Amino acid sequence: MNRMGRTGLAGAGVLAVAALVALVAPLLIDADSLDVTRVTAQAWQPPGAGHWLGTDHTGRSVALLMAQGTGTSLFVGLTAAVLSVGIGTLVGIVSGHFGGLLAGTLLRVTDFFLVLPALVLAIALSTVLPRGLGTIVLAIGLTSWPSTARMVRAQTLTIEARPFVERARALGGGHGHVIARHVVPSVVPLVLVNATLAVASAIVAESTLAFLGLGDPTRISWGAMLHQAQLHGAVPQQAWWYLLPPGLAIVVVVLAFTLVGRALEAVVTPKR
Amino acid sequence: MRLAGRFGGAALSLLMVAVLGFFLFRVVPGDPVVSMTRGRPSTAAMQAELRAQFGLDRPLHEQFWSYFTSLLQGDLGTSFTFRRPVSDVILERLGPTLLLVGTATLIAVLLGLWLGVRAAWRRDSVFDKVTTGVSLTLWAVPTFWLGMLLMMVTGDLFPSRGMRDTDTAPDFVSQALDVGHHLVLPSVTLVAVVCAEYALVMRSSLLEEMHAPYLTTARAKGLRDDLVRRRHAVPNAVLPAITLVFLRFGLVVAGAITTETVFSWPGLGLLFYDALTGPDYFLLQGLLVVTAGAVVVMNLLADLLHGVLDPRVKVV
Repeated sequence: MNRMGRTGLAGAGVLAVAALVALVAPLLIDADSLDVTRVTAQAWQPPGAGHWLGTDHTGRSVALLMAQGTGTSLFVGLTAAVLSVGIGTLVGIVSGHFGGLLAGTLLRVTDFFLVLPALVLAIALSTVLPRGLGTIVLAIGLTSWPSTARMVRAQTLTIEARPFVERARALGGGHGHVIARHVVPSVVPLVLVNATLAVASAIVAESTLAFLGLGDPTRISWGAMLHQAQLHGAVPQQAWWYLLPPGLAIVVVVLAFTLVGRALEAVVTPKR
Repeated sequence: MRLAGRFGGAALSLLMVAVLGFFLFRVVPGDPVVSMTRGRPSTAAMQAELRAQFGLDRPLHEQFWSYFTSLLQGDLGTSFTFRRPVSDVILERLGPTLLLVGTATLIAVLLGLWLGVRAAWRRDSVFDKVTTGVSLTLWAVPTFWLGMLLMMVTGDLFPSRGMRDTDTAPDFVSQALDVGHHLVLPSVTLVAVVCAEYALVMRSSLLEEMHAPYLTTARAKGLRDDLVRRRHAVPNAVLPAITLVFLRFGLVVAGAITTETVFSWPGLGLLFYDALTGPDYFLLQGLLVVTAGAVVVMNLLADLLHGVLDPRVKVV
């Protein structure tokens, strides 16, 4: 197996572990140990016996917070990516398949959102909408679809120029037939690659929004932990055990998604 | 004709920015006054007065028209938290951001392009593997976290808050040195994140040129490897990379918001943070319109620049 395949496999392994933690953590962790009003341990404890990753500013175990936050980060990353790639695929196929005013308008809108800084729009959206997990997913999903749309549109145009599509049309195949039988199967691999990479950027985007205080206040996520760490002065207190784990977890998971995405990309678009 | 098209497209985009700014903040959130007074005691009469003050009691099309005509005159409304015109507040914060973003972009472009060229020219060498690996990792690193880490690791070596100390001597040299000292950590943070992207872009751009026939010709003429790279490959490969640098200006904007928040750098990014914690809708709307407008203009510049630099692209 080549290098790309090996790193992709390693990435997939990391993701399997993260998914396992996300599924098991809520079942094993006692809700009381994450309740600020009920914790008994001292605040700002460095790693040691009992708390092998130390405690945060309220005395909660950083290790437990990390495990509990895995689910939120993965959930937001996955759902936002599905939303973003879903919109992108729909817009891409429609603007590639149908010509005329509709395609022109869609293309114009796509290009417009493509150049705008997605984070700025996501910040604006999550400020005006009520705080919550759904808002973050919407804010990320609604602002990150244009690159997928461009790619899917290009692929749609390429495939529709091929003789077998012309043949299908000549035999009386309508829009629905051409899209369902020829366009969709040809864009699926591309869309899968895009979705994997989209999860990576969605997780970073979630952590950034949470860090800016726009996250769901009732949920623990890695970004929200870093928000709290910044707010309560983990940096001046040199509380590395509070600062390192959430950031490292984000980097590792995002890198894993990126590596899997690149490995898939290498499979889908073979080198000439 | 194409040139007119480009300008027309940019003008249309700017119009869409204005429309987006209006609808995002006036239609989506329901009643801005309710959010403005959230957490503060307010009577129905006070809310009605606020509504009248901001013109929110008028029909939507009238609101849009007055918003749009004021926008054309550079009037972005009044900030709720600063109690001053939004345009004044934004202008005041522009300088520090330009300094930070300018410094970081310049270093990131030079460093990123150099790394990309080196990596692509010796593909699969140790240098290439390290550069690509580090770039991919940095791409996965949240900007704000990198800033916090740098701050913790360097300890008291560099100031970590603001742009200048209050007790610095007022003469130009000591002021400049002080600002430079404060600039180190924020710009290193911003460079690290942005530079990774540029290196990857430059690398793939040069890799596309690697098997071009003109390079074989250059080598057949007996040119040294070094000259083939500098005189033939890089000038061709750098064009799309430079355009992409301009196109990804949005990336720098996003990086500036989190970097300035972490380091309390008194620029537009920190203003963004202040506006969203308020929340100060008019300030946020003004910032959205200004940054999005700046990105649109940068894109137009990229288009025009590409046409000037690369005669193969016909813009005019």
